[in-house]
Amino acid sequence: MTSIDTFAHLTSTTAEASPRLGKRRGVLKTLRNFPYGLALAWLVLTLVLLWAIVPWIFTSYDPLQGTPGGQLKAPSALHLLGTDSLGRDLFARIVYGAVHSLSGAVAAVGVGLVVGSGIGLIAGSVRGRVDEVLMRLVDVLLSIPTLLLSLSIIILLGFGTLNAAIAVGATAIAGFARLMRSEVVRVRNAEFVEAAFGSGGTFGKVLWRHILPNSLTSVVAYTAVQFGWAILQISTLGFLGYGAPPPTPEWGLLIAEGRNYLATAWWLTAAPGLIVVAVVLSANRISQSIGRSAR
Amino acid sequence: MTRYVIGRIGQALLVLWAAFTLSFILLQAMPGDAVLIKFLNPEFGLSADQVADIRAAYAVDSNIVVQYGNTLVNFLRGDFGYSLQAGVPVSAQLATNLPPTLRLAGLGFLAATLLAVFIAFLSSMAPFAWLRNAIQSLPSLFISVPVFWLAIMLIQIFSFRFRLVSVINPGPWESLVLPVATLAVPIAAPLAQILIRNIDEIRTRPFVAVARAKGASETRLLWRHVARNAILPTLTIAGVLFGELIAGAVVTETVFGLNGIGGLTEKAVGNQDLSVLQAVVVISAAAFVTINLAVDLAYPLLDPRLRNRSGAAA
Amino acid sequence: MSISANPVLDVRDLDISYSHGDERSTVVHGVSFTVEPGEVVALVGESGSGKTSTAQAVIGLLAGNGRIERGSIHLNGEEISRWSARRLRSIRGAVVSLVPQDPGSSLNPVLTIGAQVREILEIHGRLDRREADRKVIELLTNVGLSEPELRARQYPHELSGGMKQRVLIAIAIALRPALIIADEPTSALDVTVQRRILDLIDDLRREYGTSVLLVTHDLGVAADRSDKIIVLQGGRIQEQGKTADVLASPQSAYTRKLLSDAPSLAAAKPRPPLKPGRPTALTVSNLVQDFTLPTGRNFRAVDGISFSVARGTTHAVVGESGSGKTTTIRSIAGFQKPTSGEIRIGDLDVASLRAEALRQFRRKVQLVYQNPWASLDPRQTVQAIVEEPMLNFDSLPRTEREARVRAIIERVGLPATVLSRLPHALSGGQRQRVAIARALVLEPEVVVLDEAVSALDVTVQAQILELLAELQRDLGLTYVFVSHDLAVVRQIADTVSVLHNGRQVDYGTVDEVFSSTSTAYTRELIEAIPGRKFPHAETSRQFIKAGPLS
Repeated sequence: MTSIDTFAHLTSTTAEASPRLGKRRGVLKTLRNFPYGLALAWLVLTLVLLWAIVPWIFTSYDPLQGTPGGQLKAPSALHLLGTDSLGRDLFARIVYGAVHSLSGAVAAVGVGLVVGSGIGLIAGSVRGRVDEVLMRLVDVLLSIPTLLLSLSIIILLGFGTLNAAIAVGATAIAGFARLMRSEVVRVRNAEFVEAAFGSGGTFGKVLWRHILPNSLTSVVAYTAVQFGWAILQISTLGFLGYGAPPPTPEWGLLIAEGRNYLATAWWLTAAPGLIVVAVVLSANRISQSIGRSAR
Repeated sequence: MTRYVIGRIGQALLVLWAAFTLSFILLQAMPGDAVLIKFLNPEFGLSADQVADIRAAYAVDSNIVVQYGNTLVNFLRGDFGYSLQAGVPVSAQLATNLPPTLRLAGLGFLAATLLAVFIAFLSSMAPFAWLRNAIQSLPSLFISVPVFWLAIMLIQIFSFRFRLVSVINPGPWESLVLPVATLAVPIAAPLAQILIRNIDEIRTRPFVAVARAKGASETRLLWRHVARNAILPTLTIAGVLFGELIAGAVVTETVFGLNGIGGLTEKAVGNQDLSVLQAVVVISAAAFVTINLAVDLAYPLLDPRLRNRSGAAA
Repeated sequence: MSISANPVLDVRDLDISYSHGDERSTVVHGVSFTVEPGEVVALVGESGSGKTSTAQAVIGLLAGNGRIERGSIHLNGEEISRWSARRLRSIRGAVVSLVPQDPGSSLNPVLTIGAQVREILEIHGRLDRREADRKVIELLTNVGLSEPELRARQYPHELSGGMKQRVLIAIAIALRPALIIADEPTSALDVTVQRRILDLIDDLRREYGTSVLLVTHDLGVAADRSDKIIVLQGGRIQEQGKTADVLASPQSAYTRKLLSDAPSLAAAKPRPPLKPGRPTALTVSNLVQDFTLPTGRNFRAVDGISFSVARGTTHAVVGESGSGKTTTIRSIAGFQKPTSGEIRIGDLDVASLRAEALRQFRRKVQLVYQNPWASLDPRQTVQAIVEEPMLNFDSLPRTEREARVRAIIERVGLPATVLSRLPHALSGGQRQRVAIARALVLEPEVVVLDEAVSALDVTVQAQILELLAELQRDLGLTYVFVSHDLAVVRQIADTVSVLHNGRQVDYGTVDEVFSSTSTAYTRELIEAIPGRKFPHAETSRQFIKAGPLS
């Protein structure tokens, strides 16, 4: 919700700037204060989201069908990011790959958010023995390094995009649980919550009216960070070969495939990697802006 | 105090036991029988009876509770079973693969710490505001880079482009340069972030203003008053960093084709070699629990506020 | 104190501004004053008056976004306002030093006391290590710390607030500076400690001949301790002059208002004595409250407190920090179960209530908190905040609820326009009015006020106290008023309990407790109230002194 507010605020400042062209100082001030980094972050995420929904608008090439004789071509006007060893247009593969990385990350964060926040909310609100048991369980999840935990889950479930997403999501549970619990405990100890109990509020009402709304901002900010992190993890699993099978143009897999042509076709690894960096960086930047608006 | 230590150790053991149980449930109790996958492969040309014998030899058929008990006892004795793929004891595999990984991780951690401290202090001491801002944003860039991609880019740039580091038959130390650099980046990022945040926070504390009112120079403020207060809390993320280190080792060893626990893990997942993976998981969990235990027990020694509280209470 | 000597500090036409993003706002406008050798000058003002910014500018410690726009600061005849950071460092601590506001957070938690006192000697280093160590002990002895050798080895958290402030004073006087800036040096401390610390600063000043620039919001402190008073409001000097003159015949309207609003023993108009025969609203008998410490030991926070409050009157619970006053009222408000004892409101024993009965009981007792910044949900509008208690009980129709909210908001003296605002858009006084409105909307019998005015500026404090008195007259409310400020208590209470270390040392009508029959502890509290030199203070002072010493 806050992220939308930020976005609205952002667009409203640009809208305000235009009619005031006469007032040079005002415009200059707006230009100087404009959060370019944040705007760029939103732009990157919107673009990638569009790639995932309507990839055909952005490229006319087929991501799976190569052009015979057009293998390993360097970037040019014809092929923006060059072609791979089968003559497939790399840009088309990246655009069509967006849906795999994004949906995987969304599914992973969804698992972490729902299960983790649920655990944290219960632990933080009920306290006592339930809290103790749930938090020890979270400790156990945390004690296994994340990559090893997702690998164990993948062995159990088998390779594939969805399984990789679940494996990554499982490792996100502990973080969400801890954050949600600490937020609930923090808000619970706030005087205004005691005041709400003091004016006759029942536990459910106070939870709904005060504790949840006041702990949500941090969780939203954390969700954005986790989204970027999930993209990284999923591409890592894809790179190791545990995610989507070839010829799926999943970003991690693209980098893995390009690795065999390091000496001759640098663009095959550089381009998809840069996209991943851009998306993750954007998610982090947005999370930061949400977190800042919270305090 | 003693009661606290004993309680804390007991808690650590409990978590470790639960981690073992979780790994057992994930990797052994669930269907997906690695023995079948391997030996039913027609290449082996084994009869059904022979497969059954092998299954009995690996004790996969026995009751799940008995299996659990056996595995637990064996783990406690340091016997992690046999690698199905390599046919040798897992403990032997670990023994050969642990030293190179420890070397890589140790150097990577050292490099990461230096890098993080360098970034953190430069971010508050650099002369120009734009430079400070640029340095402050380095950690979030570092955190956004996929480790495997970074490794590949480093190879591409330093080995193929500039031919600074040889990829074919490098010397023992030369072969470590790029892996250590790769590993240092994802470890340094969270460390630098937390350091920068602490330094910024500590600088606004009244005691820093008091020190300034004494006439202390900026350097003195930073080292004597800010640094120690800012560095202490970073100890609490030691466990998290260890997890990053393991993940980094898996990826780095895979990309650079190095021998080590990471490479072993990667192969074990590819081959469904469950005993190996479980051994790695349990040993990592043990290391994580030990690190956190050590931090918790050492913290009061480093922070006078905690030391006296526990002392005075007794 | 010869007039011919040059002033230690001469501030002329000082303007200070702060930048917030692109905006620069000026917070100090054309401030000029001088501090003569050996003189104590008080900078008095409410929050936002620019008193702290002025003091920070003098020692060159303005926040990063602050800037001296105009004017000059001459220290010992040298103009320092344009000096480089390096040059300023050479005089900080040596020529001008600081006694900070909050002793609790003003010492580095990971360094020993000795190391922190020694540091100022090292920085302006002229002493070798052994000499420095001896000097540290000497300084700690001078500021009245017992066992100075032990203190030097201890860490800040092992010392009490008053002891920490003594350490900070030791640091400030270490190099015998010409000027000490004391920025609200005692506002975080209990009154009895405050008095001892101010006495210490006074003694050292006399001994060392140092001048003091005393920054304070407390006109009483300024009146008792300064030679000269400078009254600031909104960054401008309203009035300055000899303390006695300013107090006797204030020239500006603002100073007169400050003087009349400042709670002091003198200003208190005694309330008419209670007519006997009022029904009892609240009875506390033999209240005991134990807490289990993390170490497993038991700690008795409240030990056998008993009092009763007649309907429509105000009972004050007074004590210093750690006296058990907060614990007592939290039990009354039903937030914790007493270990033993009885709390009766009407015919209900609060201690016996469980879940749903306790919830219903809350209609009868409402609590107003000290800090209106923390007690209002930052995400709710004023309308939602005041409406909420009604939603917890009867299901009133929406229009009825809104009408009630509107009425109560008007009742506490707020315009209807605040209803749609969020708490952060309100001033401190307005927030406290909202908190009072929320407490009153259920028409409770007893309202518990937990230091409800101590976070507010004196003029706002006076308005809220006035509002509370008015509401009590009109609605027949019963108040339990918790405070550390005896001057306020004398002004508004009918009966008083004085708590000390969890025990009730005095209990009775205001006149009884404030008279000579009270215990030594209560008398010490009364003696420590600043403002003795207020114009009309003589009478009340005599009133206290005249009684026979028990």
